Amino acid sequence: MTTTQLLSLTGVSKEFPGVKALNNVHFDLNKGEVHAIVGENGAGKSTLMKILSGIYKKDTGNIVYQGNNVNVSSPNEAQKLGISIIHQELNLMPDLTVAQNIFIGREDRRKGRVFLDDSKLNKAAKDLLAELELVLDPKQKVGELTIAKQQMVEIAKAVSYRGEVIIMDEPTSSLTPAETDALFKIIRTLKAAGKGVVYISHRLEELNKITDRITVLRDGEYVKTLNTPETSIPEVISLMVGREVNQDQRPEVRPLSNEVVLRVEGISDLNLLRDVSFDLRKGEILGFAGLMGAGRTELARSLIGADPKTAGKIYLNGKEVKIKSPSDAVKVGIGYLSEDRKKYGLLLIQNITFNVILSSIPAFSNRLGFLKTKPAGSIVRDAIKQLSIRTPSENQYVKNLSGGNQQKVVIAKWLTRDCNILIFDEPTRGIDVGAKDEIYRLLTKLASEGKSIIMISSELPEILRMSDRIAVMCEGKLTGIIDNKDADQNKIMQYATKFRD
Amino acid sequence: MSKAVNEVEGEVVGGGRLRAFAKREIGRVLALGSLVVIFIFFTIMRPVFASWENVSGGILMSTTVIGLLAIGTTFVIITGGIDLSIGTATALVAIIVGKTVMALNLGVIGGMVVGLIVGGLIGVINGLLITLLKLPPFIATLATMKAAQGLALIISDLKPVLFTTDVKGWDSIAQGNLIPNVPNGVLILFVGAVIAAIILNKTVLGRYTFAIGSNEAATKLSGVKVNNWLVAIYGLGGLYIGMAAVVLTSRLGSARPDLGLGYELEAIAAVIIGGTSLLGGKGTISGTVIGALIMAVLVNGLRILELQQEWQYVITGIVIVLAVWGDNVRRRRAGEIS
Repeated sequence: MTTTQLLSLTGVSKEFPGVKALNNVHFDLNKGEVHAIVGENGAGKSTLMKILSGIYKKDTGNIVYQGNNVNVSSPNEAQKLGISIIHQELNLMPDLTVAQNIFIGREDRRKGRVFLDDSKLNKAAKDLLAELELVLDPKQKVGELTIAKQQMVEIAKAVSYRGEVIIMDEPTSSLTPAETDALFKIIRTLKAAGKGVVYISHRLEELNKITDRITVLRDGEYVKTLNTPETSIPEVISLMVGREVNQDQRPEVRPLSNEVVLRVEGISDLNLLRDVSFDLRKGEILGFAGLMGAGRTELARSLIGADPKTAGKIYLNGKEVKIKSPSDAVKVGIGYLSEDRKKYGLLLIQNITFNVILSSIPAFSNRLGFLKTKPAGSIVRDAIKQLSIRTPSENQYVKNLSGGNQQKVVIAKWLTRDCNILIFDEPTRGIDVGAKDEIYRLLTKLASEGKSIIMISSELPEILRMSDRIAVMCEGKLTGIIDNKDADQNKIMQYATKFRD
Repeated sequence: MSKAVNEVEGEVVGGGRLRAFAKREIGRVLALGSLVVIFIFFTIMRPVFASWENVSGGILMSTTVIGLLAIGTTFVIITGGIDLSIGTATALVAIIVGKTVMALNLGVIGGMVVGLIVGGLIGVINGLLITLLKLPPFIATLATMKAAQGLALIISDLKPVLFTTDVKGWDSIAQGNLIPNVPNGVLILFVGAVIAAIILNKTVLGRYTFAIGSNEAATKLSGVKVNNWLVAIYGLGGLYIGMAAVVLTSRLGSARPDLGLGYELEAIAAVIIGGTSLLGGKGTISGTVIGALIMAVLVNGLRILELQQEWQYVITGIVIVLAVWGDNVRRRRAGEIS
């Protein structure tokens, strides 16, 4: 069979303030082909897809579609060209029917028309679903369907544009194995009809089953395109993580105490977490690695009582503690620093002093509830000096501080509260490179002073650089705990992709 | 130094203390300025407007009920919430106070205590609906607003409760003069405002009021029992409802089941004109008092100009738009909002 090129991207680059998200990336897609794009979190997969579907504009590079140079300037333009994307989070309206969802925005709007013609809409949807061999009732409300069936609606919608290219972003992330097989059947139907499918997935073992070629991205750079039958999962992983040696910094060897300060036994929650157990030692940095959606943030949140647990016990210094709300966690000295500082960590419209004393206000008030302002002021000024928070004064609004300094304000809040266990969720997200090193030094200093730290991070070099031990999660389960000296990126990725099926 | 922790401050770079103060307090300075300008305008038009008799008996006295309600609800609005029930709750409290005072032969103090307890309870119920049942404040207080309206009518049997003449000194709660030339109602408003300002700026409850309004999720994750404090804050607002109801009965000489509906929007308007953000996290008691005074001065002045009441409503609407729009423009220029 002669292959016909459908789409080709050459030299595509995209820069965001301070970050080169894509640098000179190549990608091409043939008719009747499934071409996977893989890479770690932050490798540039979604940026590339957003450029292809018109959500972002590329800085440089060419896109050739069906032989013509095209400029995908908006999602509308992409659809007109025939490029459809199915996002990981489905974009359907649960209270509308299958047919209404498929044709939303394309109802018959000829002049003089006032009423919608639902029977015509249903007929068109029925024909389309039959063509794709999908068993769905056009008149059923989408909200009543399972996630897998909703995904089929998305696929039908994408096909209804009569496009040639369909991009699927993590389509199997919430499907059961049986549903995944059903999806693969649909993809094969699309292939047979000559469509090109761009397939993004973290589940590397799926690639063998469904893809023809695999393109690997790393840190926004194009690495290699492989023919699926000629490669193996270990090769793909090593291409995904292979970094230059100088980034592979490891922590200084610290004497590790054997004293267990926190013991977590069998934590489960409603949706994701299954039987997670681990120990945290005094003065230790325990890194938590895993792919997006592995359940690390969920674990932290149920640990501190922000979300309910369905099972599990927590022991603090050998004694069981009940943590049902964040205030219980704070009472026993566990502080949580969210990955989204602005949403879950800071009072942006208030000043530094207010933010630093927020967890310790009872300590700064007398029995009648009046605030003692003098000691608060001096403690906050000390904290500013100790953590070198760059600010003209303690009265600066927190929203005027840089990301790194905002992070330090949150740290100061928990140090003022005298927390001995700190959970950092993505401690350097949104923080520029220079300030990152400062946060790393601060974490190391806190650990050497006897604080115990849980550090959730999606950046493997950061995990390897900071952690004494590394816990790896996949799909809500803890798949392994590795000593730093035994760990490397390959090993972590293997544990991080240990899916159930 | 103590100021730094108590007041919500911006960056103060150089300049004298006065300039720093003006920059920090520009919202309230502008509101006070508008109040003065409006006052001077009416005085020029009709000099009688500025007589003490008109100022104390006309303007200040007419501010007492709405002013007390606005002060209490300032706390609620700073948390990012809203209380629609304060108007009809005032009527319900007034009716219950009247009935209880008659049934138990209570005096002035006893009646006030009943008012505070019932008002506080209504606030606590609002707080529980919002925290336990997780209803949005708008819905929860809309429900209590309707329920209070109905209960006031049921308990009173649709008739005013005439109890004030039987209780010695009840009329002087609002109309007496503990301080010569100053009606007691005005004194109650002033003392109520000072107490509220102290609670808001100097106590743990006030600090958590600002924290919840700035970022409820972050406050909760910082270990603050947000739900308990919200109940307390709505309860505090309820105490001001109780006091407003007692003052209202004293001024009217009776408790009327139909009076109160609409007070909630006047009180909320006063809070907003005073510069408190409906988004939460920002606000002052002095701003609220200024806002209530601006509305009272307008109503009184327009009446002295013999403008029809219908036009007073229209002008009040325009003032709300001007006040909030002006504040937005100022904040956008100052880079506080985008």
